[in-house]
Amino acid sequence: MIEEYRFHGRGGQGAVTAARLLVGAAHREGRYGQAFPHFGAERRGAPVVAFARISDRPIRVHEQVREPDVVVVLDPTLFKLVNVLEGLREGGVLVVNSKEDPGIQGPYKVFIVDATGIALSLGLRVAGWPVVNTSILGAVVKATGSVSLDSVVDEIKSNWPGRMGEANAQAAKLAYEKAVRVR
Amino acid sequence: MPRKILTGNHTVAEAVKLARVQVIAAYPITPQTTIVEKLAEMVEHGEIEAKMIRVESEHSALAAVYGAAAGGARAFTATSSHGLLYMHEVVWWAAASRLPLVMAVVTRAIGPPWNIHVSHEDIMDQRDTGWIISMAEDNQEVLDLVLQAFRISEDERVYLPAMVGLDGFLLSHTAMPVDVPEQEVVDSWLPPRLPRPYVIEPGSGVIMGNIPPDEAFYRMRHSMQRAMYNAKRVIEEVDEEYYKMTGRRYGGLVEFYRCDDAKYVVVLMGTWAGNAKEAADRLRERGIPVGVARIRYVRPFPRERLREKLLGMKGVMVFDRSVSMGRGGPLHAEVVEALEAKPSIMGVVAGVGGVDVGVRDFEKLVEDFVKKVEEEGRVYVNDYWYGV
Amino acid sequence: MEEDHLVLPLSRPAPGAMGKTGTWRNYKPVIDQGKCIKCLLCWLYCPEATIIRHEDNSVSVDYEYCKGCGICANECPVKAIEMVPEVQGGA
Repeated sequence: MIEEYRFHGRGGQGAVTAARLLVGAAHREGRYGQAFPHFGAERRGAPVVAFARISDRPIRVHEQVREPDVVVVLDPTLFKLVNVLEGLREGGVLVVNSKEDPGIQGPYKVFIVDATGIALSLGLRVAGWPVVNTSILGAVVKATGSVSLDSVVDEIKSNWPGRMGEANAQAAKLAYEKAVRVR
Repeated sequence: MPRKILTGNHTVAEAVKLARVQVIAAYPITPQTTIVEKLAEMVEHGEIEAKMIRVESEHSALAAVYGAAAGGARAFTATSSHGLLYMHEVVWWAAASRLPLVMAVVTRAIGPPWNIHVSHEDIMDQRDTGWIISMAEDNQEVLDLVLQAFRISEDERVYLPAMVGLDGFLLSHTAMPVDVPEQEVVDSWLPPRLPRPYVIEPGSGVIMGNIPPDEAFYRMRHSMQRAMYNAKRVIEEVDEEYYKMTGRRYGGLVEFYRCDDAKYVVVLMGTWAGNAKEAADRLRERGIPVGVARIRYVRPFPRERLREKLLGMKGVMVFDRSVSMGRGGPLHAEVVEALEAKPSIMGVVAGVGGVDVGVRDFEKLVEDFVKKVEEEGRVYVNDYWYGV
Repeated sequence: MEEDHLVLPLSRPAPGAMGKTGTWRNYKPVIDQGKCIKCLLCWLYCPEATIIRHEDNSVSVDYEYCKGCGICANECPVKAIEMVPEVQGGA
């Protein structure tokens, strides 16, 4: 059984990094994974997509994720620009960076977290933009339970040793606590 | 053996480091760029004792590592698509000079129109140059093929440069687990390059690129061809040696997946072989005995190995991710020749320009082919374009 | 499988790889030793290394390999080298 994830963000928000951290966390638990960008040129601010697969067995499939189990939305304004629900399986999980219930209709479990607020409260900014990819991962852990929060925290810390890693790990922990299911 | 999560391009850089490459020159081009970026970082941090030569083009990049190899160094370059075409003259030159060299080719479409996605047209364009040409299925194999390429290229029975192909984005930008062998293990298996087959050095004059009698030229080409045929055996030996060191082997020139009891076989190369294998498994669940023959080396071409295994098949389907305009898929043409068109054979051109071809696509196409063969007896389709 | 089948696109420098190229000559350089100032420009410029430099810096021509291109005569600042037709009345 392969779990398939799709991340929606804007170029520069770190959707690809989020996918890679998730796979790194799964790898820490002895599982296999695959993280890749939507194949194309990326431009800062433009809508971008990244994918991840996690499995207990080595993954040999190499194609774009067409029917994800989990969709993660790093920027709620994307709802107006792209159909983030495209292909999401029945009973699938939607995790949205939002203060409010996005009012999604359909057979999905919907989780929200104010990842932007958490990032700003911890001073996580790069070139003026709040860094939301690490906090949203905390919410993904809460929503799916697929990997443990400890693995995500360890993966974040090993990616950015020092203070930067601590702050990002803290963001993931806070988001894990604050994420709520709205549907 | 530590396992790391690496993109295909960073895997190439890890392998180059493990091979203790001494001279690197490369020019950035998508999707190859992060190979040379990572290597530049490694050189800067002193993680690898190599000279990084900055160049203004791919033509110069290969010329620079060619010069380094002529001077006795273990040398490496990497490119993609238009970069590979731009260096094409030196590609021939390096091979005919019989110098050991390794180049990673991140496969990508050739414009126009502009396209940065996977296609095999760039690497297939190099078939006649005299380079050993291999293609990986996943990042683990990328690491293994790069390390093995140095062994094969430097083997005295070969002395030909070697390309390692990895699919643009599908591997180059996809992070997945890779077992990275320890440096000491690689060192024990891949000793420093010997000054062979010749080395240019101050004080002993050597003339390269002079004009020989035509008959000598002809003999040199024949010598290259002999070396290519020798490489078939060397590649299989190296696959076995590598297995003893790492516990991984792939079957040498071609990997046969569930072919022993198959009646139908899919022939292809590169990353999408994983999708074809998955499709084969699903078709077998429905009682259709399908296998996959994954070409690992386009040159030398595994003609004999394919004949041994596939001559008795009922049907063979060849998937090409490039096309020889006016003929069809180049792999298809080679398979038809190798099998003397004895089984039913269908050539499919697909996935060109990065078009995603997934498990379900393979499932459907193979099932349709099987049905047609079962109904009509013998089927020959030379050049089928899927979804056009 | 031995290395002996290996045919390399290389050669080692040696005099006259293409045979006695002196036979290709139409004009032959003849040095007037009385005019020569031992400046060695002819020795420097000869593309075939067929000007022989002696210990006292006087020069002579290796006619076995000189192709008669005339560069030495052209470079000589005192016109001490004359290009003489190999076949009188011809060329």
